Amino acid sequence: MTGPMIPIWEVFIRSRNGLAHKHVGSLHAADATLALQAARDLYTRRGEGLSIWVVPSQAITASDPADKGMMFEPAASKIYRHPTFYEVPEEVGHM
Amino acid sequence: MGIGSICVAETPLLRFILRRADDALILGHRLSEWCGHAPMMEEDMALANMGLDLIGQARLLYAYAAEVEAAGRDEDAYAYLRDVRGYGNLLLLEQPNGDFARTMLRQFLYSAFIDPYWRALAGSADATLAAIAAKAEKESAYHLRHAAEWVLRLGDGTAESHVRAQTAVDELWPFTGEMFEVDASERGLIDAGVGVDPEPLRRTFHETVSRVLVQATLTTPQGGWMQKGGRNGYHSEHLGHLLSELQYMQRAFPGAIW
Repeated sequence: MTGPMIPIWEVFIRSRNGLAHKHVGSLHAADATLALQAARDLYTRRGEGLSIWVVPSQAITASDPADKGMMFEPAASKIYRHPTFYEVPEEVGHM
Repeated sequence: MGIGSICVAETPLLRFILRRADDALILGHRLSEWCGHAPMMEEDMALANMGLDLIGQARLLYAYAAEVEAAGRDEDAYAYLRDVRGYGNLLLLEQPNGDFARTMLRQFLYSAFIDPYWRALAGSADATLAAIAAKAEKESAYHLRHAAEWVLRLGDGTAESHVRAQTAVDELWPFTGEMFEVDASERGLIDAGVGVDPEPLRRTFHETVSRVLVQATLTTPQGGWMQKGGRNGYHSEHLGHLLSELQYMQRAFPGAIW
């Protein structure tokens, strides 16, 4: 039954307030409503989340692994882009 | 070898608790039978989750029954060592799973009743029952939503799924009357503010059921003859088979743990 007729959805969970939704996996579901319920049943059984997003996998445009060198390697030599040259005051909390 | 059944001296309160516990355990066991057999992995998990919710409710209620009876038993004794006649669950819940539509319609009809029932019982004068009901209501609210979504898709799906869903509605409908049954034993508890009168919930139940069934292009049966007996231990032939599987280990190896 989980043939090509049933679309795949990507699941994003926000574990607590203030954090971003994070990709946790994917699932099969016939439509968005059922995808949301399946996500709840598959990915929040142990109290992992406060909020769920489901996105049709087809809606995601992904980078090509073959472009890895061109896309990501130039960033490797620019250490000045890392915010490691100053200290974050404790009052700022999670960033 | 093996072990016989226990004899529970039922007071109205104990009977009330055991009936609700039996409902949860029997439906929870039925849902567990789907484990590894559901039409897709996602639904396999959903059914097992609902089954675990129900078995969790049963455990809380059996534990409270043990406290009320004060005969030195634990929750397992009620689940594993009572025979068919000792069980007071609704006949609806022991009906076999059948196809997926039948399982979902059974879940939908029960959830449409038990969700407002738990909500009402959360106001019980009995603090333990009120706490259990408040916890169970959050679970039954989700069961209702999940089952209703499937009823919509099965009823308004293909010609095949429509026929299966309508057949399930028609075959299960005669078991819905029992949900509103009140005997003298429960009447006293209702008057004392401990139990819940199901009669005012009838309207909520019918509104929920007809709203979903209409949207699912399914026909809601009107009235008709209603089967009763489960609350007093008169069960269909299916419960004995279910209990033989559920109880076999504890009957053959009393007190076995692993």
